Amino acid sequence: MTLESSAVKLVGDGGDPSGATASPPGARPPDETRPRSSPWRLRLSLWDTKLSPYLYVSPFFLLFALVGMFPLLYTAYVSVHEWGLLGGQGDFIGLENYARVVEDRYFWNALRNTVSIFVLSSIPQVVIALVLAGLLDTQLRASTLWRMSVLIPFVVAPAAVALIFGNVFGDRYGLVNEALQGIGLEPIRWHVDTLASHLAIASMVNWRWTGYNALIFLAAMQAVPRELYESAAIDGAGRVRQFLSVTLPMIRPTLLFVVIMSTIGGLQIFAEPRLFDTQGLGGSDRQYQTLTMYLWELGWRVRDLGMASAVAWLLFLIIIVFALVNLAVSRRVGSLGGRR
Amino acid sequence: MGALMALTLTMTAAACGGDADDAGADGKIKLTVATFNEFGYEDLIEEYNAMQDDVVVEQKKAGTANEHQDNLYTKLAAGSGLSDIEAIEVDWLAALMQESDAFVDLSDSEVEGRWLDWKAEAATTDDGALIGYGTDIGPEGICYRSDLFKKAGMPTDREEVAKMFTTWDAYFDAGRDFTKAVPDVAWYDASGATAQAMINQVEYSFEDADDNVIAADNPEVKDIFDTVTSLADEGLSTKLVQWSEDWTASFQNDGFATMACPGWMLGVIEGNADGVKGWDIANAFPGGGGNWGGSYLTVPKQGEHQEEAMALANWLTAPEQQVKAFEAKGTFPSQPAALEDPVLTGATNAFFNDAPTGQILAERAEAVPFIPHKGPRFADINTAFQQAIQRVDEGKESADEAWQSFLADVERLG
Repeated sequence: MTLESSAVKLVGDGGDPSGATASPPGARPPDETRPRSSPWRLRLSLWDTKLSPYLYVSPFFLLFALVGMFPLLYTAYVSVHEWGLLGGQGDFIGLENYARVVEDRYFWNALRNTVSIFVLSSIPQVVIALVLAGLLDTQLRASTLWRMSVLIPFVVAPAAVALIFGNVFGDRYGLVNEALQGIGLEPIRWHVDTLASHLAIASMVNWRWTGYNALIFLAAMQAVPRELYESAAIDGAGRVRQFLSVTLPMIRPTLLFVVIMSTIGGLQIFAEPRLFDTQGLGGSDRQYQTLTMYLWELGWRVRDLGMASAVAWLLFLIIIVFALVNLAVSRRVGSLGGRR
Repeated sequence: MGALMALTLTMTAAACGGDADDAGADGKIKLTVATFNEFGYEDLIEEYNAMQDDVVVEQKKAGTANEHQDNLYTKLAAGSGLSDIEAIEVDWLAALMQESDAFVDLSDSEVEGRWLDWKAEAATTDDGALIGYGTDIGPEGICYRSDLFKKAGMPTDREEVAKMFTTWDAYFDAGRDFTKAVPDVAWYDASGATAQAMINQVEYSFEDADDNVIAADNPEVKDIFDTVTSLADEGLSTKLVQWSEDWTASFQNDGFATMACPGWMLGVIEGNADGVKGWDIANAFPGGGGNWGGSYLTVPKQGEHQEEAMALANWLTAPEQQVKAFEAKGTFPSQPAALEDPVLTGATNAFFNDAPTGQILAERAEAVPFIPHKGPRFADINTAFQQAIQRVDEGKESADEAWQSFLADVERLG
């Protein structure tokens, strides 16, 4: 529940700007052509123009308060109490849960794993999605077929993905290792070695999300005016140069959106590493236990919701920091390409 | 985007709320029974529905015990949302006994003496409240591959094999002989599983009678750890983790020759080793007897139809019904009357070379001397213990390092 709440909160933030920009147009047309009969009516219509835009956008904010804000605040409330999963609320203990989490070596271990898996998944994911979208944006036969097929991995449930990749990345009898041994190489211990396990998990994540991101990029690329490419071609720019100097700067807002969303998603990776082995603790040495898995372990295995809520809040803060850093970095990347 | 999100949210909220209807369409009381894996209740519930005029029973099956456990804990904590009858696994019993107020006291003179003593005792609180009706138990034998035994020049007949498996030392010695003769096949399926079987024979392993954590100082625990890790070094273990993909695949790849085998494991082996010939089961278990797993049916107090639920739980766990569940899915009954039922004692299993599995498991159940004490921290410490063994198997840590980090984990859980 705490997991969801922070996700909803952040998705809410992502949707926020568009909601805010949607309101002024609603405020614009004051089609008040009726005769002004009384000051009361006048005041009413004044309120109407001033207040109704807020009324129109209010369903989102009401729902957000209910399913986003409330869980978020309630999680904060739980995190400053002793709170057993079965026993329920205990004494108020201030920030002790946070102190215990920060002192726990498995918290830092989980943070390291999360960042590592996030870097290994998000960066290749965005880069490959960009290239893929660039290719799909060219004149292809049966283009709809190609565009739809990149989305297929996204439709497959994560549990099914984990099952398939479990067979691919088996340590002893897995597909990859049998192929490696077939050509005389050493098998890779996918479930044992830290980096190998992160790579395996990242490839599951990438397999699922790359196509989805590619389609979002494609939608943005389709909106780039074709004349720009023509004039770039006349100026002697090749395909690659066109992509870097025309496409990238033109889709910058979409790029920002995808980067922020994949940051939020990447730091909350749960299903793939959770299903990578049967115990769900991230390996014998917790070498691939992510923060959300650590949160789950505290809440549902150790049955301490107070500590689990503290982790949820720390994760929330970490995501904000990462999102801000990413925002700054991707702004630079976008404008670099745009320099003429 | 905001509007879209709002729309989806309302739709989800509406979808979640659709389940509240309690009475069936024709005014009957609707009872739900939540189970996990296979309890063998499908036909029984149909039978019960046909018998009853005013009750309709519906079964909710979770795929795995973990999934069921998470759901159970979450809804216990929330105070609503549980089924009228909730199945629980013996390993969670201790933690749930601490919340015995949340469950209806099922004790009833009518059902007294229905179960094996230790089965009922484990679910009885200090005040004498019975929070669960026993369903099945997991008496253990040793399953083995007679074809691989033959290859190693060992006896293959299940009576003779049983004689080799009376003590752990004898079992391990046989393993040393075996791996010498057939070096590329391990003796047992997983270090963790063997350690688990040994821990289940220690009355107070990780916690003492007052639930103080003693795992760090208990010489028996250290002994098991040392034994299992050094045997893995000698090549007796596959060094795989039970239930992992590789473990499942090893059934098809002649990965190992023997394994500890509670009744419910027979179906697992038959599924994983589909097409493999040579499996058999010996009527013996090192160190006497052992029990692995088994479940109970509880009636949570948050349910609205506790009386009807209690009657249903009573009926389902009666010996006659549990024998039918055994026929359906091989879940081994915990009721002495069921253990003498000719249907059970006459049961054979074609996959295991027509072994009289009913009779063998009934004898294995009688050989269980006591049920080990498992306190509220048992499951967590056991997980840490299993992980420590796994780290040695994987070569991530030496046995000493793994033991030290196990001690640190116990300290952390303490």
